[in-house]
Amino acid sequence: MKTPSPEKPNPFDMPHKEMGWCPGCGNYKLLDSLKGALFELGIDRRNLVVVSGIGQGAKTPQYLNANMFNGLHGRSLPAALGIKLSNRNLTVIAESGDGCMYGEGGNHFLHAIRRNCDMTLIVHDNMVYGLTKGQASPTSLPGMKTPVQIDGVMLEPFNPLAVSLALNAPFIARASAGDEEETKEIIKQAISFRGFAVVDVFQPCVVFNRLNTYQWFRENTYYLPGDYDPADRMQAFAKAVETEKLPLGVIFREETRPVYEDLLGIGNTPLRSQEFREKAFEKMIAEYC
Amino acid sequence: MKNMRRYSNDISIVFGGAAGQGIQTIASALVSVLKRTGCHVFACTEFMSRVRGGSNSTQVRITGRKRHAYVHRIDFLFALNADALEHLKTRIAPTTIVFADKSQVPSTDEGLLVDAPITSFARQAGNPIYSNTAAVAVALGLLGIPQEGLDNYLREIFAGKGDAVVADNIEAARLGYAFGRQTALREEIEVEIAVEPEKNRPKELLLDGTAAVGIGAVAAGCTFISSYPMSPGTGVLTFLAQRSHEFNIVVDQAEDEISAVNTALGASYAGARAIVTTSGGGFALMEEGISLAGMTEVPLVVHLGQRPGPATGMPTRTEQADLNLVLHAGHGEFPRVILAPGTFAEAILLTQRAFQLADRYQLTAFVLTDQFFLDSTGSMAAAVVKREPIERHIVETDEEYMRYRFTPDGLSPRGVPGYGKGIVKCDSHEHDETGHLTENFETRRRMVEKRLRRIKALAAESLMPELVGGSADAPNIVVAWGSNRGVLEESLDTLQRADLAGLHFSQLYPFNPSVATLLKGKIVTVLENNASGQFADLLHRELAVSTANRILKWTGEPFSVEEVVEALREI
Repeated sequence: MKTPSPEKPNPFDMPHKEMGWCPGCGNYKLLDSLKGALFELGIDRRNLVVVSGIGQGAKTPQYLNANMFNGLHGRSLPAALGIKLSNRNLTVIAESGDGCMYGEGGNHFLHAIRRNCDMTLIVHDNMVYGLTKGQASPTSLPGMKTPVQIDGVMLEPFNPLAVSLALNAPFIARASAGDEEETKEIIKQAISFRGFAVVDVFQPCVVFNRLNTYQWFRENTYYLPGDYDPADRMQAFAKAVETEKLPLGVIFREETRPVYEDLLGIGNTPLRSQEFREKAFEKMIAEYC
Repeated sequence: MKNMRRYSNDISIVFGGAAGQGIQTIASALVSVLKRTGCHVFACTEFMSRVRGGSNSTQVRITGRKRHAYVHRIDFLFALNADALEHLKTRIAPTTIVFADKSQVPSTDEGLLVDAPITSFARQAGNPIYSNTAAVAVALGLLGIPQEGLDNYLREIFAGKGDAVVADNIEAARLGYAFGRQTALREEIEVEIAVEPEKNRPKELLLDGTAAVGIGAVAAGCTFISSYPMSPGTGVLTFLAQRSHEFNIVVDQAEDEISAVNTALGASYAGARAIVTTSGGGFALMEEGISLAGMTEVPLVVHLGQRPGPATGMPTRTEQADLNLVLHAGHGEFPRVILAPGTFAEAILLTQRAFQLADRYQLTAFVLTDQFFLDSTGSMAAAVVKREPIERHIVETDEEYMRYRFTPDGLSPRGVPGYGKGIVKCDSHEHDETGHLTENFETRRRMVEKRLRRIKALAAESLMPELVGGSADAPNIVVAWGSNRGVLEESLDTLQRADLAGLHFSQLYPFNPSVATLLKGKIVTVLENNASGQFADLLHRELAVSTANRILKWTGEPFSVEEVVEALREI
């Protein structure tokens, strides 16, 4: 296995920048897993765009030495779509938190899966709103008390895996940021996958979520066994709705769904380099004469 | 004794009926045939927000010179049902001749009713479906325009449907035409229309406002559109989708307008020339994206086809009340450009210009139109269709590339991901030169200043308003913007007053610094389709120009030439 070394450092390491994350935050581990995956896959950072929304998880591309589109809260997927359709040679990763992706950007999440562009979605799922100081997120567990949900969370948690499956997402995985190595391997599979890959990552928020801690995730998750068949959609549904213990790993994978770029007939020439079609233009004008 | 009815070089024909009855088909066939015959035609349409039924109408004007305006007057009304008379009753005068099937429309309070059994002509020709053809032919017969043009048109349109259908349509046309001629003779209708002989005729396009904006976008090398359908902006999405294979345009129908604008910004960041099209309500949803474009300096073109608001308002009607919306859209302070074409030629040129300015100044350029403009049809000289050179201002990045590098003019060379050795970091937070988020106050101060500095250069090349009637020496200046160019021009022509001149603005923001001198010391009247006088207020804010008179209309209809003439008489 390739690992960065002093002689060959990870090119995705950012020259020192002040970090906006709290000490012990799960985002650090997730960032390391991502950088490790990118390094091991040999991705050219000049051809990688990491797109994010707003939130603590959404700061990830700020700490990654690659192209970045750090857009609006909830809107990473539309921007990622535009980037991919504009130049399909780029590797595109959308990265944001559970509030950004499943709350503010919920509609885009649904429709991005329907489109099935070849890109990877990594959701930093800490089951709480961190940057706005501790309110419930769409994935907060019922009963959790917050400064706003004073009687505890009352809403049914959003289940990203089951929703993705219902929309026939071709690659669906769940990871746990505490397990850096396993998470890196899952991210590698997701990036290598041709199609829209959803990776929901449990990521402890050490300041605002005192319920879903590193320990809680260790105790309440398990890795899918080696003989688990991710091609079986019904079985994947059964896994996606498990609540006793939460499964980790690639829950569903289907190789045959066509990608949106192909369906649109987009070629390898980036749109910026496209030649103007003079003849077609003259012909069009003639049609109006 | 009957009075001779003479019409000279200004005829208004209106087709009224329910949605689905074919008035659009009739009007567009008539307009095509008249244009090919060498007449100056203009058509505009008003319709209800429903798929079938209701009361809609289309006006076709035949004039001695090019006109681009709506007139209240109806000379010939083709009423396809009885409701059309009720719907149009304020426009039916004693001089109006109403053509209708008497079995359906037994009488009219005003005007002369002529029994026009159009459906029976169609039946005689073989099928009631040929009624539209018969109706067009009646109109041509009345006008005394040779039937040949219609026959040729029918041969082309129905070529794919076989000889029998073509022959039947031509037969329906023959019956209708003969009826039209006979009626003209019986009622002593005499029509004089200036027809340019074919050899003198410059090559002309026949198109609507939507196509003009669409052609402009194609001409600009637009490669990307993401939009959510909303009347009357949808047409531009449809236009580019229809042309997407010919010009390799990527078309994404977004799940909502928020997605549309963010997708377009992503595409533009990666190097595409991107546009979104919408109307006021959809644009309101896009506003945060406009602010993002301002912060990230990603070029974007927005086409906004206005309709009356607030909220859903009147979806298929017209208004110019979203100027303030685009002027102030998005939180924070950042520059923008607002263009508002007044003619189809301008729409083609200014849509290209919007893309150029967006790329050169790395900002959002608006093309502001409205339902009246988008849904009206007319002809323009083909020679006017010019393609501006496509200048992208994209650089190949090097290792040291910084997206937001400070430069004297505030414009940082624009790199795109995947082109060059550098990386391109684009950030909605306040950022440093590399694009990394920052809360450094000094950097913030400089970045705001950098983003705003470009307004000066932008204003220096802003389009000057055009004189559209009268002389610049006139003491009274009547100002219009966007789609009101045609009505202002024609009204001033009608009045022929030496003390009145018209000035049309097709760039609404920023103003060219020289504009102030044109209005200095003048008595200014502003004509606009809204209730408060938004442009008049803008002139005051930007140029300290006080408006003496505001001619405003906010019923959801366009101004008619008659009412503008009347209003200008008061000045």
